[in-house]
Amino acid sequence: MFVRRYLIPRFIQYILVIFVGITAVFFIPRLLPNDPVLRTISELRARGATLEPGAMDKIIADLTQMYGLEGSMLDQYGAFWARLLRGDLGVSFFQFPTPVSALIGTALPWTAGLLLTTTILAWVIGNVLGAFAGYYSASRWSQGIDAVAMVIRPMPYYIFAFALLLLFAYAIRWFPVSGGAKLGMQPSYSWPFIQSVLWHSFLPALSIVILGMAVWFQTMKLVVQSVVGESYVQYARLGGVTERKIVTRYVFRNALLPQITGLALSLGLIFSGALITEIVFSYPGLGTLLYRAIINGDYNLIMGITVFSIFAITTIVLIVDLLYPLFDPRIRYS
Amino acid sequence: MKVFRDLLRDYRFFFGFWILVLMLVFASLSLFSPYDPGLWGEVPRDMRPSAEYWLGTDSNGQDIFWIATFAVRNSLTIALIAGLVSRLIAVTVGMVAGYLGGKSDRALMFVSDSLLVIPLFLMIVMLAMLIRDSMGVVSLGLLLAIFGWAWDARLIRSQILSLREREFTKTAVLSGTGTMRLVLNEYMPYSTPLIFSTLINNMAWAIGLEITLAILGLLDTSVPTLGTMLYWAISYQAVLLGRWWWVLTPIVLSILLFVALYWLSVSISEYLDPRRRIQRVGVG
Amino acid sequence: MEEIILKTEGLKAFYVLDVYGKQKTVKAVNDVDLAIRENEIYGIAGESGCGKTTLLKTLAAAMEPPLRIVDGRVCYHIAGADVDVSTLSQEEIRRLRLEYIAYVPQGSMSVLNPVARIKDTYRDFIESHISTQQRDEAFLLAKEHIVELGLPPKILDAYPHQLSGGMRQRVTIALATLLKPRIIIGDEPTTALDVVVQRGVVQLLKDVQRKLQNTIILVTHDMGVHANIADRIGIMYAGKIVEEGSTDKIFGDPEHPYTQYLINSLPKFGDKTPRESVPGSPPSLANLPPGCPFHPRCPHVKEICKQEMPGFTQVESNHKVACWLVGEGEHGKAA
Repeated sequence: MFVRRYLIPRFIQYILVIFVGITAVFFIPRLLPNDPVLRTISELRARGATLEPGAMDKIIADLTQMYGLEGSMLDQYGAFWARLLRGDLGVSFFQFPTPVSALIGTALPWTAGLLLTTTILAWVIGNVLGAFAGYYSASRWSQGIDAVAMVIRPMPYYIFAFALLLLFAYAIRWFPVSGGAKLGMQPSYSWPFIQSVLWHSFLPALSIVILGMAVWFQTMKLVVQSVVGESYVQYARLGGVTERKIVTRYVFRNALLPQITGLALSLGLIFSGALITEIVFSYPGLGTLLYRAIINGDYNLIMGITVFSIFAITTIVLIVDLLYPLFDPRIRYS
Repeated sequence: MKVFRDLLRDYRFFFGFWILVLMLVFASLSLFSPYDPGLWGEVPRDMRPSAEYWLGTDSNGQDIFWIATFAVRNSLTIALIAGLVSRLIAVTVGMVAGYLGGKSDRALMFVSDSLLVIPLFLMIVMLAMLIRDSMGVVSLGLLLAIFGWAWDARLIRSQILSLREREFTKTAVLSGTGTMRLVLNEYMPYSTPLIFSTLINNMAWAIGLEITLAILGLLDTSVPTLGTMLYWAISYQAVLLGRWWWVLTPIVLSILLFVALYWLSVSISEYLDPRRRIQRVGVG
Repeated sequence: MEEIILKTEGLKAFYVLDVYGKQKTVKAVNDVDLAIRENEIYGIAGESGCGKTTLLKTLAAAMEPPLRIVDGRVCYHIAGADVDVSTLSQEEIRRLRLEYIAYVPQGSMSVLNPVARIKDTYRDFIESHISTQQRDEAFLLAKEHIVELGLPPKILDAYPHQLSGGMRQRVTIALATLLKPRIIIGDEPTTALDVVVQRGVVQLLKDVQRKLQNTIILVTHDMGVHANIADRIGIMYAGKIVEEGSTDKIFGDPEHPYTQYLINSLPKFGDKTPRESVPGSPPSLANLPPGCPFHPRCPHVKEICKQEMPGFTQVESNHKVACWLVGEGEHGKAA
């Protein structure tokens, strides 16, 4: 029952969303009236990419294949998928002939590390604060935090990142304002390197965490305020259940459920926001890779990042969705 | 009018409203600008704020105060185009799906779910990448409109679903009112406030994406917007070179704009339904 | 005559709301005197929106802002003395709940914690009232208790959404009687159930009362349930009790025109004439009409009804009514 009603629809949706997303990636360059291959080539030239003749042929072949301009469209579409499923995203035009997957592989640990820690941290702290603020919504500190959140929440990630950057670049010079580690340092599992990474990622992380906290704080506060009015909470109170039990086992436990769904729904937004934050702080993750790809007109790399992101985000959303029934018995036994 | 007066008693609406009015005044100052926003080097470069150049000048040789008036005007125009056009799509789709239900409804739910999960922003980047030369105010507004309707169509759909269950729908249908007339005459009045509040949210989203795309260099960078101002500041390493005033102006203006729009929308949706304050403001 | 176990004196409980700068007062309980005895089932009847639920909240000392007691008091009779509830601390009130005064809610879906098994809810209730040493014993007793109330013991492992409405209602009654309280307050306990299950629940409440020899205060709009179970009934209208008497008197000789409407709207066996319901709708508690609040709907309205609220007239020893028609000896009984 649970498998048929919950698991199978999730998987179908997962596959369909990936299918639709990748198909869109395939068709976007074909929607345009001009020849995307020539366009990209001229763009590459305009940006001063020095290409040997051999590289140029390979690029033209690659482009023609990626854009689906060779053979029947169906063949190309099939080949496109076949390549993707082999994990082959083609080569970067600008850093020829480095495979796109290798570039993504280098940038990914930075982004994943930053994004996972900050998202989880923001979600946990925001929810804990929001839960108490919602329960004691009449108290002064609750209203105080809410007022701060009202100002921070509407800002996009990078605007907030810029504000922090200005503050820390001029007013408080505590943290480095750009880079991922000290210049010239070789990545390794040594303490100085890790220390340097943490030090450099402090500001980008802080900007994502504070903003995320404001969002989760506000939603959690509202959810708790509405859960407190639910009849099961009133009922427990009229049964003389101790306040501590009511807060933890009735209010917070139930208020957490929409927050888990909310996390899954907003992962896409958080991801996009984090990419731009990386650019603001020149943090060497996917965002900065994307920025360089755009500046260099490296369309294949952008396509690769997009395809990879579609896979990554939908998979994480699927995982959150699959974990959800562990928290909600109504879905587990229905 | 009474609704408006009630809303003004809410401090958030009050501030949001007046900040927005100030922004409009600021934007309309662009009509009196002594400089042409398309020309560079009209004033000395990299001047600190002074009596002559109120907010300083940038490395392109433009007066930041006057360029900012154009930037606010253009950013608001983009947001309005995106907001209004995507409202047309969202209202049509939401009403059709909500009223007809069945297959068209399920299809809409799927599209909207997908648009939420797929990193939409990267899709827009891919598109913008290919048409970057023609990314002016109007074309950007339209591009954002194409992507920005899904969530709001969903909200409108669920409202129509609840209206459809109400008594007056049955009465109207039984007395032979046409579907079009029913939707336009009976449902529209209920949905207008919701559509208005989604419009505000959508405008904030559009401004956010405009800035994002501009920072990435995907807009026509000769058109002054809040985003392109930041783009130039980043390209010239304004922060590292100590030209804080160049970054500060667009940042403060955007923060004011985002806060104002958010407060307006929170205040309005709370007024609509104090119990359903949980709402999403998408700013990417 | 049994002792009075719970009484209210001139009780006024209002919601004071601030709506965009304008103060709004909802007079949900407006000058109510009750004297509820030990070992009786007292019914409170009235349409929805008459303040019944608010009255229950004040009786259970469960007011939360914006609801507050503006005037008067609620007294429990504990260990031979009257205790004004407002003098008790939060912790004292918490202790009294379930042990002295218990609550049976409308058995809707959302009354039990949706993410906890029934036994977890039991555990929460027991752990909140019973010291650590006796908990295991209490839990065993609770299991037996469940069987006594006609529930299979395996429901303890179920989640609320897996139970039927009738089962959930029985679970709430089982929880309410767990610690043998002196007073049980029932808030529309039969409303969400279908008729057959309703009968079972009414019978269960009756049995419980007989066994515990305690007091049940039962609020429902369903006059049929009152006829079945209540010893005495108070009729509530617009935040006031307008008539009170033994069940026989209320059904056999209703004095207030509102009571008459309520009773006439009940179907009678073999009577095929159309049932008459009360004309119009109840007044907004935020904007009460002057005088007797029923006067805009009353078929026998007189000039004085529009100006002054009538006091109680003692019709018989066990029957009083607040109506100008009765005060002057002119019975307002509908033909």
